[in-house]
Amino acid sequence: MKYEEIVHRCFRCGYCKFTGDYSTFNCPSYRKFGFDTYSPGGRMWLIRAWLAGEIENTTRLQHILFSCATCASCVEHCVFTFSDDLVNAFVAAREEMVNGGIIPPRVRDYLKSIHINGNPYRAPGEERDKWAERMSVLPYDGQEYLFYVGCVGSYDERAQKIARSVTDLLLNAGVSFGILGKREICDGNEVRALGERGLFQSLAEQNIALFRELGIQRIITLDPHAFNAFKNDYPELGGHYQVFHYSQVLAPLLRGEAMPFRELRARVTYHDPCYLGRHNGEYTAPRIILRSIPGLDLVEMEQSRENAFCCGGGGGNFFTDILGGGEESPARVRIRQALDTGAEILAVSCPQCAKMLDDALKAENAAEKMKVLDVSEIASLALPQSQDSCSNGLSP
Amino acid sequence: MKDILNRLAEIVGEEHVSNQPEEIFYYARDPGLMPPHNPDYVVLPRTSGQVQKIVLLAKEEKIPLVPMGAGMALTGLIIPLKGGIVIDMKRMNRILEVNEKARYAIVEGGTSQGALKAYLEKHYPRLRHSIPDAPATATIAANVVIHGQGRLTQQYGFNSDMVSGLEVVLPSGKICKIGSSSLSSAWFSKGAPLPDLSGLFLGWFGTTGIITKVALKLYPRKRFRDVDVFVTDSEELVPEMVYELTHTEMAEDINVFSQPLPMIFKDNHHITIFITGDTDEELEFKRKMIWGALDPYIKSKDGGFMGVPPTMKPTFLDMPQRSVSRFADVKKGGGFEYSGPIILVEKYPQCTGKIRELASKYDLAYSAMARIIGRGHCMMFGFAFTFNRSDPGMMERTRKALSEVSEFVLEMGGVFWKPTVDEQKMALNKMDPNTLSILRMIKENLDPYGIMNPGNWEVA
Repeated sequence: MKYEEIVHRCFRCGYCKFTGDYSTFNCPSYRKFGFDTYSPGGRMWLIRAWLAGEIENTTRLQHILFSCATCASCVEHCVFTFSDDLVNAFVAAREEMVNGGIIPPRVRDYLKSIHINGNPYRAPGEERDKWAERMSVLPYDGQEYLFYVGCVGSYDERAQKIARSVTDLLLNAGVSFGILGKREICDGNEVRALGERGLFQSLAEQNIALFRELGIQRIITLDPHAFNAFKNDYPELGGHYQVFHYSQVLAPLLRGEAMPFRELRARVTYHDPCYLGRHNGEYTAPRIILRSIPGLDLVEMEQSRENAFCCGGGGGNFFTDILGGGEESPARVRIRQALDTGAEILAVSCPQCAKMLDDALKAENAAEKMKVLDVSEIASLALPQSQDSCSNGLSP
Repeated sequence: MKDILNRLAEIVGEEHVSNQPEEIFYYARDPGLMPPHNPDYVVLPRTSGQVQKIVLLAKEEKIPLVPMGAGMALTGLIIPLKGGIVIDMKRMNRILEVNEKARYAIVEGGTSQGALKAYLEKHYPRLRHSIPDAPATATIAANVVIHGQGRLTQQYGFNSDMVSGLEVVLPSGKICKIGSSSLSSAWFSKGAPLPDLSGLFLGWFGTTGIITKVALKLYPRKRFRDVDVFVTDSEELVPEMVYELTHTEMAEDINVFSQPLPMIFKDNHHITIFITGDTDEELEFKRKMIWGALDPYIKSKDGGFMGVPPTMKPTFLDMPQRSVSRFADVKKGGGFEYSGPIILVEKYPQCTGKIRELASKYDLAYSAMARIIGRGHCMMFGFAFTFNRSDPGMMERTRKALSEVSEFVLEMGGVFWKPTVDEQKMALNKMDPNTLSILRMIKENLDPYGIMNPGNWEVA
């Protein structure tokens, strides 16, 4: 197994479980399930035991390994020099399980769906560009940027709205971009995180070939997960691009006042997506966008930036739901943290987080108190012409 | 067996009990060198009432019970030597009350050191507790049960001396309050002026009851904190240097460490002196007193203050010191264990000599760290060896070295701290027979069925 050389080095001291100030536990699966086996240290010790034949691949071990949200809070807080490879080791162990063919049914179904349908929704590829109907967005044809929407943005109803609001903003800002439409395929970030290395490589190679064919050099992603794959995993397979999360393209334009917003009076708190924040160090761009909206009061949750608590959707859990529901589900915990700020809007910059937190908001019976909106949706609401296009129910 | 599982699930909820191989494997061991023993069940209670029900079930079925915090003692105290139920207390992590003016906090039995530190810093910035250098996951209750030490130990004694009340679930299933809380809503004293019953539980490793609440004394937190490091290569002078330092009563904490690496540290003894103050003037006054106390040794060329580079200061001032955990990976192997006897400060030279001898004999990397307890009343001397978990030979050599430490400790008149089962037996063998009979009487009366963390403090 890759990274096998580090699994015995865990002292299980538990710093990995915490926030930086030790105020609370920040590992989503540990916080949900409570057994030390569900903590990063627990996984390290169990992986070692499994590789040594001391325990077997059971349903429980699968649950423990696949409930990791790959949020990288452990990477941030582990005190050892191998901390950077903690999540890599967990993914590698998943790869071992996948290679052995004994994995949770939900993971198997997800991977099969990607393999057969090219998306996790078992939806036809022809419907991939439906989100863009009635929008004046063009197919990619040599524009400066490719706007890569991804599976969630293409098919999930909630995420489609976000894809449209980002498109609106890019068009408003005069950004030269096009989309792949029906030709777009899965970026593979979750396939890789769930341990199907071969399928990931196949998806990546297809994308790289397509990008090469179209001459794509610069990519804007809707989803931090795709951003992560293109930025960090494609280069080793020959795909070298300038990759931006949409917030990173928009934030500099706002500095230049290319997109003046009108006043939007709202108290907003921002949830850092793990694959934009901890995995890629981008904490600022979404906040620049929010702060550039007159009247918007941005307040921070106690756990933010490097200490942000994951929504529980990372590492494929958005699709497999192995972290599950209940009062202690990470998304519901995160909603309660957001409510504590007194904010009326919980801002996100990831379609997966948006969906996870939206559902959790309903489960917490807090839909009257707060809304979950993507940064792009909030910014769209603050566009001067937004009265006609606002569909989120929040009046500016 | 399934019946027990179901009954535990009725108490704590199905999702908070396990007899699965993964939990059995993990909770059978701690990060130290003691051999594993499988539990039969692991449970995660949330309330004192749930702990009570678990104890009643265990009493009825005569099943061993092993309460567990973070399992960081490293000496196997949470290893279920006779199987049974491991009670992982960490879901009981609420901070129930802080009495600011009386300077105490009441926390649940699974509350971590880190959580209390963070809570006080946020809500009561003028208060602090004596945080140990164990990882932040270490729990308050487990730390006082093993007579842990912390940052304020030089001023106020063992962390267990700072307890000001307990709630304990007895082996009978009764929930019992200890100290002023037994007749008052205020938890300001664990004993005095009443008979001090806390001694029935502190130091007993859960063999007489399960602590579900702890009241802990808090102390003033000053605005500034700094560290000075006095270095000497004359180990025989360390005890008298410590004596002079403690006489000033100016230090927050005094540690002495020696280690072979980096090379410039070799054969040196670093007296690490922490000071605090609310003003620069207070800090400077304390520093002046401390420097004055050690000035004769500077003049005699027996030592001097080391310039602590700004990059190194955060490592020293870190609470808890994360660098302590990093020692486990010196050999890229994730392991360290130490024997930390409580012993007279005058034995410092013998202790450092012994650890060097053992490191050489067994080819081990070591770190020696002494924490002064009280005004030099004694010290905890840590004989710490790091080992590679994937190198069975190195692990065995470490075991042998620690075994020799145990014998050495008794020869030197020391007392084991958080002793392994073997050390407990050695201590009981050497103990005054009349003292032993009191221990036996307490144990037999409180835990007649011998279900509480059996194997530990077993008086023959």
